[in-house]
Amino acid sequence: MNELYQKHETEINEILSRYPENFKRSAIMPLLFLAQREKGFVPQEALAQIADITGVSETDVASVLGFYSLFQETPGGRYRIQVCTDLPCALRGSETYLKNLCEALGVKTGEITEDGLFSVEAVKCLAACHRAPMFQLQGDGEIKYYENQSVELTMQIIEGIRASVASEKEGKHG
Amino acid sequence: MGNYILLRHRDVADIDQLDGYRKADGFAAFEKAIKTMTPAEVTLEVKNSGLRGRGGAGFPTGVKWGFLPNNIWPHYVVANADESEPGTFKDREIMESNPFQFLEGLMLASYAVQANTAYIYLRGEFWQLANHLNQKIKDLENAGLLGEKIKGSNYSLKIYTHLGAGAYICGEETALLESIEGKMGQPRLRPPFPAVEGLYAKPTLVNNVETLTNLPPILQHGADWYRTLGTEQSPGVKVFCLSGCIKNPGNYELPLGTTYRDLIYNYGGGIVEDRAIKAVMSAGASSDIVVANDHTLDTPLAYETCLERLNSPLGSASVIILDETVDMAWLVSKTVNFFKHESCGKCTPCRDGTFWMNNIAGRIVKGSGKPEDVDLLKDVALQMQGKCLCALGEFSTMAVVSAVDRFRPDFEKHVRS
Ligand SMILES: Cc1cc2nc3c(=O)[nH]c(=O)nc-3n(C[C@H](O)[C@H](O)[C@H](O)COP(=O)(O)O)c2cc1C
Ligand code: SF4
Ligand code: FES
Repeated sequence: MNELYQKHETEINEILSRYPENFKRSAIMPLLFLAQREKGFVPQEALAQIADITGVSETDVASVLGFYSLFQETPGGRYRIQVCTDLPCALRGSETYLKNLCEALGVKTGEITEDGLFSVEAVKCLAACHRAPMFQLQGDGEIKYYENQSVELTMQIIEGIRASVASEKEGKHG
Repeated sequence: MGNYILLRHRDVADIDQLDGYRKADGFAAFEKAIKTMTPAEVTLEVKNSGLRGRGGAGFPTGVKWGFLPNNIWPHYVVANADESEPGTFKDREIMESNPFQFLEGLMLASYAVQANTAYIYLRGEFWQLANHLNQKIKDLENAGLLGEKIKGSNYSLKIYTHLGAGAYICGEETALLESIEGKMGQPRLRPPFPAVEGLYAKPTLVNNVETLTNLPPILQHGADWYRTLGTEQSPGVKVFCLSGCIKNPGNYELPLGTTYRDLIYNYGGGIVEDRAIKAVMSAGASSDIVVANDHTLDTPLAYETCLERLNSPLGSASVIILDETVDMAWLVSKTVNFFKHESCGKCTPCRDGTFWMNNIAGRIVKGSGKPEDVDLLKDVALQMQGKCLCALGEFSTMAVVSAVDRFRPDFEKHVRS
């Protein structure tokens, strides 16, 4: 089998075991999440690897990758700040919050901060409408919710992440 | 019994731990079912309770279970935890804080239709929640409540979570099944219905998280008890998600039949800054915009009364409150933008219709529309109605038509030159 499989053999076998033997195709989405975990986007070579593991064509995998918005095909900021600006959140000021947050970070939506760490986007309802403004943070293979936000609170969270990334780097050098 | 039937974590602090849940009568219903009741008896009890699906359509749950044929095997059960309708955040609270009651409900439904495999389909953003549920599932396996021949019975069951990846349409049950099969989340033509030909072309039951969470108390206390709550045609309790221009947004577990007025002013604390209320929506972005007059406010929130009195389905009971400051043209531009974004693109009326509605509503709100755009917007919506492959297309037109009809001045003020 291929490199992706060899690297994550136990985990991939566990994923495959959730679905009937003759419907390996069901593993495509979990495998895309796995392939995306490392770099924050699905690298090109993963398509053939996933096709190989699930016994479908590369085109089939690509169609799934393209259809779902949580799968990324290109690199972005290491952390994606996704602010909900859908109707209920907008009624509670999330559009203004997003605008002010962008200003505080010195970016427009879709752009990456100077340090290459963060990008900010507006997204649709995340099932947290009663705790707006809110955002989800996608990065390092995880998705976390931050609710009842103000720009000040969010900037504190961002500084916290910056600090831990910096100490991570120092750790590597030291 | 405490104050809550579904949101029991508000009564019992450690109910999210297996020990805590068991101490609070957890799995009494399931053990009773697998040891002393036939699957048909479980189904009959649920049928008698009058429980209706909480995912939006309100279809009688026990009746739906009866549709699975007994000559095609295996059967599958899928818990719909996609929860993506703007204004809906109840299933998340249930799964986060009262996870075992939901899982017990899923196990009861699985036993009733004799499925040995069940999937929980969660929207991809519920990544943390999926990890949390996986842990709880492991706890159940370790306690012998899931797996082979559970508690000495002949019944075996496995539960798996499956994450979506950011597509509202996957809440529609046939798109959801496509998604579990590793395909694009596009709805299937019906018939065949999932009950006959669902996941992997086998008979499949799809139920919403809240629907399933009702099952343990119904099996434990009986259908007659359940019917003491709610209305004749809408028995039981419902979690109302209250959001928008309201002082205390949040989840409220109340008997079906609670009036809008009670929900908004008694439980929700009234309108932000005590402003006047303008309109309400009860099914998230998929709602009509209903003028909030006395007739509306006195309407009991139940499946039949919302239809009879307001001609507007209760849906998922995601109640969005709109006060006097809300511009309905802006609101419509928000909802159509959502549906344009989420249309799966399979059928032309919805794909093109949502595109054009988004376009027209957008230019109206930006001030670059023409007076005739208001009628054009409504016209596109009317032309879509009845022609779309799934309900999403229909949903996208609800707010448009009702807002243009009922709040025309809000649109006209943008297009007067
Ligand atoms: C566009 C669309 C989105 C839907 N989203 C959801 C959802 O997020 N959660 C849900 O439970 N049902 C959703 N439904 C309803 C499901 O198709 C299905 O009716 C429901 O899961 C059945 O469960 P119930 O009988 O327990 O309500 C949606 C339907 C449509 C048409
Ligand atoms: S109505 Fe819309 S969402 Fe439904 S199948 Fe057609 S394009 Fe897809
Ligand atoms: S509208 Fe923002 S989380 Fe629901």
